[in-house]
Amino acid sequence: MYRNSMKVEFPNQSDNERFARSVAAAFVLELDPTIDELSEIKTAISEAVTNAIIHGYDNSQGIVTMEGTIFDDTVEFVISDNGVGIPDIRRAREPLFTGKPEMERSGMGFTIMETFMDSIDVESEVGKGTRITMAKKLK
Amino acid sequence: MELFLWGKYRTLVVKLCGDLDHHAAAEISVSVDRELMKTGAINVAFDFSSVAFMDSSGIGVIMGRCKKARALGGRVIIYGASDAVKRIIKMSGIDGIVVVADTIERGIKEAALNV
Repeated sequence: MYRNSMKVEFPNQSDNERFARSVAAAFVLELDPTIDELSEIKTAISEAVTNAIIHGYDNSQGIVTMEGTIFDDTVEFVISDNGVGIPDIRRAREPLFTGKPEMERSGMGFTIMETFMDSIDVESEVGKGTRITMAKKLK
Repeated sequence: MELFLWGKYRTLVVKLCGDLDHHAAAEISVSVDRELMKTGAINVAFDFSSVAFMDSSGIGVIMGRCKKARALGGRVIIYGASDAVKRIIKMSGIDGIVVVADTIERGIKEAALNV
């Protein structure tokens, strides 16, 4: 059985979206992903991290954490913040719902995460923060 | 990003480069909207051939420009996109309102832009 893990923390600045995608891609490389799998993982990570950066702290500064774990041929990522939380997770996950309509957001973030990963779990508490866990088995 | 006017078709051609994510989105939207006002173009043609990555923030940018172009009586064309970008465009359903083509010439033909 093979295992590996990593954890990175970064401030909620938008230039860290690319940083997070690159770290996630580098982390899964040892599982020898296909180009499509790599692109799916990068996109799902980008959506989760962008959510944390845009919504997590509501214009104030905060830290976003990304953890990755590999169990055999499956990778799991956890993106978390200690920010404002999501009042209604079911609504937030509906396609085309956006919490910030003034910002030209498409509301596609959760749909993309659900499509590109095998599983996604969202835990959130108002005033405490949000934690997105998603996993994907590499074929 | 490079922008130029193709006057014959009243089309603003926007060559995007690198990653189209939330970090890049605001500058693209602001620049395109400003050039639409300045040049009198009514259509926007996005050249995606140098875009390495796009997430749902890119969909937001395209949807926003679609609204602007429609208000002016114009269209939005996307050309040169990779399979990964096309997949996200399809998933969002915006391929129903924008023209997705391999080349700008085909896009202009498909959008039936008047000379």
